[in-house]
Amino acid sequence: MTASPSHGSASERPSIEFDHASFRLNGRLLLKDLVLSVKQGETLVLLGRSGSGKTTSLKLINRLLLPTTGEVRVNGRRTAEWDPIRLRRSIGYVIQDGGLFPHFTVERNIALVPRIENWPRARVEARVRELLATVGLNQELASRYPSQLSGGQRQRVGVARALAADPPILILDEAFGALDPITRSEMQKEFRALQQRMRKAVIFVTHDLREAMLLGDRIALLEDGQLIVDLPVAQFSRSEHPLVRAYVEAFSGLPDLE
Amino acid sequence: MHFWQFMMTNRQQVLDLTLEHITLAGVSTLLAALVGIPLGILITRVPRLSKPVLGGANIIQTIPSLALFGFLLPAPWIGERAGRLAILALALYALLPLIRNTYAGIQGVDPAVVEAGRAMGLTDRQLLLQVELPLASGIIVAGVRIATVVSIGLATIAAAIGAGGLGEFIFRGLAMVNNQVILAGAIPAALLALFADFMLGRLERRLGSLRSKS
Repeated sequence: MTASPSHGSASERPSIEFDHASFRLNGRLLLKDLVLSVKQGETLVLLGRSGSGKTTSLKLINRLLLPTTGEVRVNGRRTAEWDPIRLRRSIGYVIQDGGLFPHFTVERNIALVPRIENWPRARVEARVRELLATVGLNQELASRYPSQLSGGQRQRVGVARALAADPPILILDEAFGALDPITRSEMQKEFRALQQRMRKAVIFVTHDLREAMLLGDRIALLEDGQLIVDLPVAQFSRSEHPLVRAYVEAFSGLPDLE
Repeated sequence: MHFWQFMMTNRQQVLDLTLEHITLAGVSTLLAALVGIPLGILITRVPRLSKPVLGGANIIQTIPSLALFGFLLPAPWIGERAGRLAILALALYALLPLIRNTYAGIQGVDPAVVEAGRAMGLTDRQLLLQVELPLASGIIVAGVRIATVVSIGLATIAAAIGAGGLGEFIFRGLAMVNNQVILAGAIPAALLALFADFMLGRLERRLGSLRSKS
């Protein structure tokens, strides 16, 4: 973990680059000519409705899918050139409700990647203890099964598992989507604090504008597989684009919120 | 002669035939598992094979069991090969529940869990051995349980081709029109089936709870 926040030199090479990437499935264009990049230490939020191409974009990064045309580069290398197993083990992945293995204890879930990477046992154990502390979980939970945890605890285990082998890249797909509003807000704050320490390249997928504003450095809005805008958070809510306006209005409906 | 008297006077033979019966049913189920479980895994990997494989196993099971043994009966060379032939026939019958349950068990694993595993960088082999098979194991054991119980029942017919087992008593009793002798074969066979069903049922519930730990 890089502790010192090296406030991004602009020359820094992007960790993830979409270079005119398109993806077509059964004749349907799910992603059109996407151009987007994320640098080390930066959090990009992919915002959009269901079916807008957010999850497809994530799957192109860890090579669960390959682009039909154009390319996606991770650390400067095309995903098609990467060994998919090596690529995926260098990318932490968090999904809704954690995606934990129900038949593994918390400890084994967190230790998944270190174990398959054949870390020595003592190092795996130390790492699990360290991560439980990092995500704010009691050490006693290590021997529990996912079904014996609350939704928030499961989500924390999911984050810990993604961080286990200290991957330089983290992708989160609606990671906090299944949580109640209070737990969700807690997780968002903690995640932001965590990212400020870790300085990884993070792509966070959500359809929640408030979450996007809170967690992102930049927001990329997708609709129908197309990138609508890609703006720093501060400028996003001021954008005149009708779709951005629609989002902002949808989230300012409550009387006590501006 | 009373049933118990018959059992006691012939206890050595009852024991021998019971052991023979266990061997017939046990070896045939094991053989079916060694073929059926890998086949079930294969058709989750190569979906276009699933229809022909499941269909084939289905057709085998629709052949009336007596007829299947009957086909084997007239073979003049059968003699000492009877045991092996009976095992082969029983194994063919046991294939369907094993293939079908392995297939259904793996297909039934939560796709989100499988995809999470793949996205974390598990190889296909690791995914199968560490995620899919453990989570499908309850349903696979349910298939083993059905196959075992069916084999124990059908193995009584193996006596028709001289392969031994508790069917010997049943066929002999039928020929002698003696219910006691029929029961001497039927009751131990039924008890064996119940016992196997109970034990495998316990294992099935234990493994099944792996899945619901989610």
